[in-house]
Amino acid sequence: MPEWLLPVIAPFVVLNAIIGIVTYVTLLERKFAARMQSRIGPYRVGPHGLLQPIADAIKLMMKEDIVPTAADRPVYNLAPIVFLAPCMFIFATIPFAPGLGVADLNIGILFFLAISAMEIVGLFMAGWGSNNKYALLSAMRAVNQVISYDLPFIFSALTPVLLAGSLRLSDIAMAQEGLWFVFYPVLGQLAFVLFIVSTVAAENRAPFDILEAESELVAGFRVEYSGMKFALIQLGEYAHILGASFLGALLFLGAWSGPGPEWLGPVWFLIKAMCVFLLVTWVRWSFVRIRVDQILALSWKALLPMTLLLLLATAFVVVWRHSGVA
Amino acid sequence: MSSATPTRVELDYAGSERLTMNMGPQHPSAHGVFRAVLTLEGETVIDVDAVIGYLHRCHEKLAETLTYAQYPSIASKTDYVAAMTSEFAYVRAAEMIGKIEVPQRAEYLRVLVSELQRVASHLLWLGTWCMDMGGALGGGATIFLYTIRERELILDLFESLVGARLLYGFFQVGGVRYDLPDGWAASCLETVDVLDGRISEYERMLEDNPFFMARAEGVGVISRELAEDVGISGPLLRGSGVAYDLRRAEPYSVYGDLDFVVPVESSGDCLARYRVRMVEFRESLKIVRQVLDTLPAGPVSSRPGLKSVAQTRIPKGEAYARIEGARGEVGCYLIADGSAKPYRMKWRGASFSNLAVLPHIIPGHKVSDIVAIMGSVDPVFGEVDR
Repeated sequence: MPEWLLPVIAPFVVLNAIIGIVTYVTLLERKFAARMQSRIGPYRVGPHGLLQPIADAIKLMMKEDIVPTAADRPVYNLAPIVFLAPCMFIFATIPFAPGLGVADLNIGILFFLAISAMEIVGLFMAGWGSNNKYALLSAMRAVNQVISYDLPFIFSALTPVLLAGSLRLSDIAMAQEGLWFVFYPVLGQLAFVLFIVSTVAAENRAPFDILEAESELVAGFRVEYSGMKFALIQLGEYAHILGASFLGALLFLGAWSGPGPEWLGPVWFLIKAMCVFLLVTWVRWSFVRIRVDQILALSWKALLPMTLLLLLATAFVVVWRHSGVA
Repeated sequence: MSSATPTRVELDYAGSERLTMNMGPQHPSAHGVFRAVLTLEGETVIDVDAVIGYLHRCHEKLAETLTYAQYPSIASKTDYVAAMTSEFAYVRAAEMIGKIEVPQRAEYLRVLVSELQRVASHLLWLGTWCMDMGGALGGGATIFLYTIRERELILDLFESLVGARLLYGFFQVGGVRYDLPDGWAASCLETVDVLDGRISEYERMLEDNPFFMARAEGVGVISRELAEDVGISGPLLRGSGVAYDLRRAEPYSVYGDLDFVVPVESSGDCLARYRVRMVEFRESLKIVRQVLDTLPAGPVSSRPGLKSVAQTRIPKGEAYARIEGARGEVGCYLIADGSAKPYRMKWRGASFSNLAVLPHIIPGHKVSDIVAIMGSVDPVFGEVDR
C-alpha cells in the first residue's frame, strides 16, 4: 500500500467504525435504561432487539424531509452538517492503540477540546434556522450552557495532562502504564468525578438537558427536523458522547492497557469507554432536570472554582514531586 | 400549495425584549389540552394567559338526556383519572333528592373504591409530575414507569371487581352494582402491603435527590390568603396551610367512623403539595385496611336490578352533593323534576377551580418551573372542560 493512501483510508475506517458503534450505543443505552425502569427494552427486531438500530436507521432515512415554510433555508439545511462535523472530528486525535489512530497530534487534547466546543455553532444554527420559538429558546440555552460547562470540562481534563506532562493523547495513555490516573491518590478521583459531571453537562445530557427539555421546549433545537437531518443531529450527539467517553477512558482509565495480548488493546479501550458511557447514562436516568439558572449557578459557583483549585493543586503536586526526585 | 416563494414569518418581537410563546394545547406537558399563552422576557415568564375549553363534551347537557341508571357510567368520563369519585358525587346527589337509603355494606364498598382510586390517581400524578420536571428520572420516565407499575395493581383489582379498568360505572343510585368477588379482599390487602412499601421507596428516591428538591422547594408558592380567595381545594389547599378535607369537615358516607389523618403543610410550594399527597397515599391505604376489616355483611344496593324507566324515577327536588376527590372538592348539583332523567345537572370540577390559581403564581418563574407548577396542581382536563 502506498504511503500516501494511509491518510485517506484511516479516517474512512475510523468514521465508519464510529458510526457503527454509535448505532449500537443507542441500543446499549435503551437496554440499560429499560433494566433501570423494570422494562425489557427493544426485543422484537432480531434476537434480543439486536437489529433495532438498523431498523431505526432505515426508518429515519425513509422519512419525509420536511422544511418549515418559515425556516431560514440555508442555515436550516446546513446546521446538521455543521453540527455533525466537529462531533466526528474529535475522533481524529484519539489513538485506539499505540500507533493506531488517524493523527496523533502533539497537541491532541487541545485539538479535541477545541473541536468539541464547536458543536455549539451547528446547534445554534439549527435553533435559529428553524424559526421556531421553542428551538430559538433552546438554542439560547445551549449557548449559555456550553460556554459555562466547557471551562470545567477543559480544566478537569487538564489534570491528567499535568500528571502525564504531555498534551499528546498517546503520551497520556502511556503515562498510565503503572497507575491509572483514576487511582492517583485523591487528585485522580476528584478529577474523574468532576470530569464526569462536566461531561454530562457539556454533552447536554440529562439532568442538564435543558436545551432538549422535552417537557418544556418539546424537543428544543431539533423540533423542526425530520428524516435524515434529524438522524444526522442524533448521530452527532451520540458521537460526541462517545468521543467524550473515549476521552474519559483515555485520560483516567489507562486507555488500552489491560491483561491479554497486545491486539486486545482496542477492545479494552472500547470496554472502558462503554463503562464511562454507562456511568453517564446511569446519571441520566436517575435525576430530574435542573433549571437553567440552577445549571449556570452550579457551573460558575461550584464546578469552575473546584476544577481550578484542583488544577492548581495538581500543579503543586507535580512540581513538588519533580523537585523531590531531582 | 403553490410554488410561490414562502412568506417569511417574523418572530413576535415588537421592539421589546419580550417573546410570546404558545404552550399547548398540543404540548407534552399540557396534561391533556391546556393552552398557556406565555409572555417571556428571556427565560422569565412575565404573563400567562390560560386558555381552556378544548375538551368540552357537553357533559351537563348529556346528563339531562340520560336516566339516573345510565348516567353514572358516563359521569366517570369527567375525571377519567379518578373515575370513581365523579360517579360517587352524582349518585349521592340523586340519593339526597330521593332520600334513598343505601345499605351499610354498599357505603363501605364505596369508600373502599374511592380510596383505592385516590391512590391510583395520586400515583399517576407523581409519575407525570416528575415527567414534567424532566430529566430522565422524569422525562425518560423512570419514576413514571414505577408508578404506572403500581397503578396497574389497583387497576387489576378494579378489573376483577367491575370488569373495566378506567371507566367503571360501579356506583348506582341506592348502592353499588357489584359485590366483592371471592378472594378479592385478600388480594386487595396484598396489594395494599406492596404499595405501602413502594411509597416509602419513592420517598427515599425523590427526597434524597438534591435536584428534585431544588426543583420543588420554594417553587410556585400559593399563600394561604390566595388559596382561600381563589377557592382551590384538595391537596393544593392543604399544602397552603388550610386543614380542610370534606371527608373530615362534612363527613359523608361512612367517613365519620373511620380513623385517618388530614395532612397539612404550611409552605404552599410544590414540595408542600408533594408532601401532602405522599401522606394521603398512606392514609388512603390505612382507610382501605380499616374498611376491609370492618366490612359489614348484607345487600349492596337498595334498588338492585332496575328493570323499567318507572323504577328509576326520582321525586321532584334539588340537591348539591360534594365529596373529596383526589384533586379536591367534586360537586354535583342536581335538579330532579320527578321523571327518570334530571331536569338540570351542574358539575363543580376540582381541577377547574384549582387551575384558576395558575395565573396568580406563574409570573416571575422560569419556563421550566411552569411545567413543575402545572404538574403539582394535577389538573385533569376531562374535569376542567367537562
